[in-house]
Amino acid sequence: MMNIKPYNPRDWRSHPPYSFKAYGSSVKRGPLKKLVPLKQTLSEITGPLFSDIQLAPGETDLTRNTDTGKEAMGERIIVVGRVLDEDDKPVPNTLIEIWQANAAGRYQHPVDQHNAPLDPNFTGGGRCVTNDKGEYRYLTIKPGAYPWLNHSNAWRPAHIHLSLFGPSFVTRLVTQFFFPGDPLIPLDPIFNSVPTKSGRERLMASYAHDVTEPEFALGYRFDIVLRGRQATPFEGPQ
Amino acid sequence: MSKQTPSQTVGPFYAIGLTRETLNVMAVEGSQGERIRIEGQVLDGDGVAIPDVMVELWQANSYGRYKHPDDKQGKPLDPTFTGWGRSGTDERCFYSFETIKPGPVPGNDDTVQAPHVNVVIFARGMLVHAFTRIYFDDEAANASDAVLLSIKNKARRRTLIAQRGARDGRTVYRFDIRLQGGIETVFFDM
Repeated sequence: MMNIKPYNPRDWRSHPPYSFKAYGSSVKRGPLKKLVPLKQTLSEITGPLFSDIQLAPGETDLTRNTDTGKEAMGERIIVVGRVLDEDDKPVPNTLIEIWQANAAGRYQHPVDQHNAPLDPNFTGGGRCVTNDKGEYRYLTIKPGAYPWLNHSNAWRPAHIHLSLFGPSFVTRLVTQFFFPGDPLIPLDPIFNSVPTKSGRERLMASYAHDVTEPEFALGYRFDIVLRGRQATPFEGPQ
Repeated sequence: MSKQTPSQTVGPFYAIGLTRETLNVMAVEGSQGERIRIEGQVLDGDGVAIPDVMVELWQANSYGRYKHPDDKQGKPLDPTFTGWGRSGTDERCFYSFETIKPGPVPGNDDTVQAPHVNVVIFARGMLVHAFTRIYFDDEAANASDAVLLSIKNKARRRTLIAQRGARDGRTVYRFDIRLQGGIETVFFDM
């Protein structure tokens, strides 16, 4: 008899609702019916691991990952953090995918028509993998704020998008983090969609002087917590 | 005990980080099993196909084995097949995958699950991803699948069944996902 040790449920006090009126495009794009409960099976406790992934040398350095050989414009930052589960156990060897706007607040994407300069030396995309202590680190430039059409004079605060898998299908997470002291944060409906103050605080990176490198770049720390796993298995497949 | 990091939307520009490479070809020359294409559209509450949506699949191989250390079944692994794929949309707002049909995998309580693919949906406007499953309309095992049977409303149960067809001599399963409105696709809390 194989035992299924399920992962903890999604914590709906931490995650936004599907529909959040102040974020206009969420209104027609989320389920309205009650989610159907599904007791986890082998299908849910397994998932893609990417454990044999080989990152190209430049992928953790977004300041120099184009083929121009030149450096991106902007304020260099070093972003570090740990990926943990709810029991504070590190999630080792897990893939993190990164994307962001450039220093002027423009994405290298055809849909982005904001009249701010593109940077030929910056794609805004990168990847890293956590080490055996769950730690990650990458070098990038601080993204700029940018306008969007959600409401009148709407601006997104500076943020960096992150995508993580964790050890199973159900530990998947896409999130974004913000920088301390940004006056646009309290005005941002995407940030405000998180229902609790403590949840919103968990989307804030902190300035990390111990990570800052003299004469080079400022350091920021952002830890990420994925769903943990329950200790007691229930009877599973043979 | 720490609390989960909140989910946030992938936004409109996820391609920069997530779909720069082609990731929707899950089966290659030599992959074992029946080659299939799965394709469809993701529709919003007005029935309009969403362009900035991203679909990810996770599935067992043709023997019904997942490439993961927690799958301790004695069934063979296929070295050419990881079981994971990701697709944005094309100019007609279709997502698509080239894959193989998965075999049956064990369920709980000594049951066997009908062949299925596990699905995650992300989009601009979705603050949290949605989980669903794709089953196949030519599988008799659907009639005894515990997850399908847990959905009491039969019209909604049918939202999880992909329709088999053919194009250019190849098998194509059509699976549209209705995020809301009409007969909304079943999404799971798992």
